[in-house]
Amino acid sequence: MRHLLDTEDLSRDHAVQILDTAQEMSAVGEREVKKLPALRGRTVVNLFFEDSTRTRISFEAAAKRLSADVINFTAKGSSVSKGESLKDTAQTLEAMSADAVVIRHWASGAPARLANSGWIDAAVINAGDGTHAHPTQALLDAFTMRSHWSKLSGIPSVGADLKGMRIIIAGDVLHSRVARSNVWLLRTLGAHVTLVAPPTLLPVGVEHWPCKVSYDLDATLEAGVDAIMMLRVQAERMKASFFPSTREYARRWGFDDARLATLDRLNLKDTIIMHPGPMNRGLEISSAAADSVRSTVLAQVRNGVSVRMAVLYLLLAGEIRDPQPNSKQNPTAPATAMPAKDNS
Amino acid sequence: MNSPSTPSEDAPFNAEPVIVSRVVLTAADIDRALTRIAYEILEANKGSANLLLLGIPRRGYPLAQRLANKLAATDPSIDAAAIVGQLDVTMFRDDLAHQPTRAPQRTRVPVSGIDNKVIVLVDDVLYSGRTIRAALDALVDLGRPQAVRLAVLVDRGHRELPIRADHVGKNLPTSSTEKVRVRLAEIDGPTVRDEVVIEAGI
Repeated sequence: MRHLLDTEDLSRDHAVQILDTAQEMSAVGEREVKKLPALRGRTVVNLFFEDSTRTRISFEAAAKRLSADVINFTAKGSSVSKGESLKDTAQTLEAMSADAVVIRHWASGAPARLANSGWIDAAVINAGDGTHAHPTQALLDAFTMRSHWSKLSGIPSVGADLKGMRIIIAGDVLHSRVARSNVWLLRTLGAHVTLVAPPTLLPVGVEHWPCKVSYDLDATLEAGVDAIMMLRVQAERMKASFFPSTREYARRWGFDDARLATLDRLNLKDTIIMHPGPMNRGLEISSAAADSVRSTVLAQVRNGVSVRMAVLYLLLAGEIRDPQPNSKQNPTAPATAMPAKDNS
Repeated sequence: MNSPSTPSEDAPFNAEPVIVSRVVLTAADIDRALTRIAYEILEANKGSANLLLLGIPRRGYPLAQRLANKLAATDPSIDAAAIVGQLDVTMFRDDLAHQPTRAPQRTRVPVSGIDNKVIVLVDDVLYSGRTIRAALDALVDLGRPQAVRLAVLVDRGHRELPIRADHVGKNLPTSSTEKVRVRLAEIDGPTVRDEVVIEAGI
C-alpha cells in the first residue's frame, strides 16, 4: 500500500490489518507517555482546502503521537487565495521534503490526481475529497462497529470482520463521501448495508452499489438493525431544494425521539447510533438520541486518532521507498561530484 | 578515474542452497534451562519481592509465562499470572525504516505497573542486542523500574551494542550466516515439539 485514496480498492486483508494496528495504537492513548517514536524525523503535511475540525485535529494528534513533525496548511490565508494551483502548492511541499500529504479538497479526485500525477513522491492520504471518498472516516466507523460487534459475539476483535452485521446508513447520501466510503468498506468486511434517504438525496446509479436502498426509515428499522449511521444534511452543498422543509425531513428521515423509543420497543437493546459529525441536532438526529447510551459519536472521535495513527504508521514506517527512476540525485554517486561515467 | 568498488556476488556460482539444520536444544533441554534460569532469577533478586517478567513478542512471551510458572512452583506466594506481561518493541526499533512494515503487538503490563519493580525482560534469542535496546526505550515510556535484567534462552553472540544478558539458557557460538530458530508449542502450534535449531547458511 502506497497511498490511501478510497476504500473501494482496499482488500479485506489490508482493511483488517489497518483495524488490528489501530487496536494496538488505541492502547497508547491510555498510557502515561502518549507517544511512540515510530515516525521520528518524518514530516506529515496536512493540506486542507476545505474546513474541518475533527479530521484535521485527529490527523495532527495521530502524527504527533507517532513523533512525526506536522505542518498544517489551510487554503484560507495561503497563496491559494492568490491563485496558486494544486500542482505548485504540492511541489512547494515536496521541496520541503514532506513524507506524507494528508489532503482534504472540495474537488472529487484531487487526492488521486496528487498521487498519480508524479508531481510529488510523498504518500498521499485522502482526508475527504468532494463527494467522492473519506477512507479514514469509514475505517474509524468500521473500527467502532467491530469493537461493538465482536464484544456482542464474544470473540476477540483482532482479526475479526463485520460478517452478518446489519447496518443502516440514513440521510443525505447524495452529498456524502462518508456514505460512499462506508458502503465499499463495510461490503468488504461482510456487513449488510441499507441506505435510507429521500429519493432526491440518492445519487444516480445507486442501484449498482453493493447495498440495499430504501425510502422508508421506519420499515427498515422494523426489519432489525445492529448499527444506525445518521448522515449530516450538508446544507453548504445544497444548491437546490431537495426536500420541502427541515421539519418534514426531520419527521420522515431524522432519528428522533420516537424512533429511539422504537428501538426499545423492538427489543433492539444492542443497536448503536453513529454520526460522523458535526451533528445538526434536531434535524437528522435528536438530542436525546445523540446523547443516549447507544450513541457512539465520541467513541468515533476517539477511535479516529487510533485509526489515523495506524494508517500513517503502515504507509510511512515501512521500507524506505526505492529511489524513483527519474530521481534527480543518484544515491550511489560519490560525494565529490564527478562527471561519473558509469559506476556499476 | 577511480570508480568505487562495488560488492560482487560472494556466493560461488555452483552453490546449491542446502539447508543443514541441527537441533541444539530439545524440549527437555529447554525445560531444564528455564528451571535453572528461574532459580537464578530468585537468587539474584534475593527472593520474589517486586519481580515482574516481561516477555518480548512473539516467543519471549510464552517463555516468560513458563518462567513465571516455574517461579510459582518454587515459591507458593507468587501468583504466576500477576507477574507476567508482554512488552511490544516494534515501534521503538531502529530498523523500522529499513524493513517491511511490522504489525505491532499488544503491550500488556500487570495492573501493578512497572514503577519500582525489578523487571526481567525475557526473549528467545539474543543476537545484535538491538531488540533489547528498543525494549529499554519502551520501558522508559511505561514507568521507572527499580532495575532491569535480561533473561534469554539462547545467546548467539555478534553483539552490536553494549548489552549483556544476566541469565542465559545456552551460549551458542554461531556464524552470522547461520540462523537460530526457536520453536515453541504456544506460538508454532500444539503439534510442534519445543526445540532450538541451528540452520547452517551457505
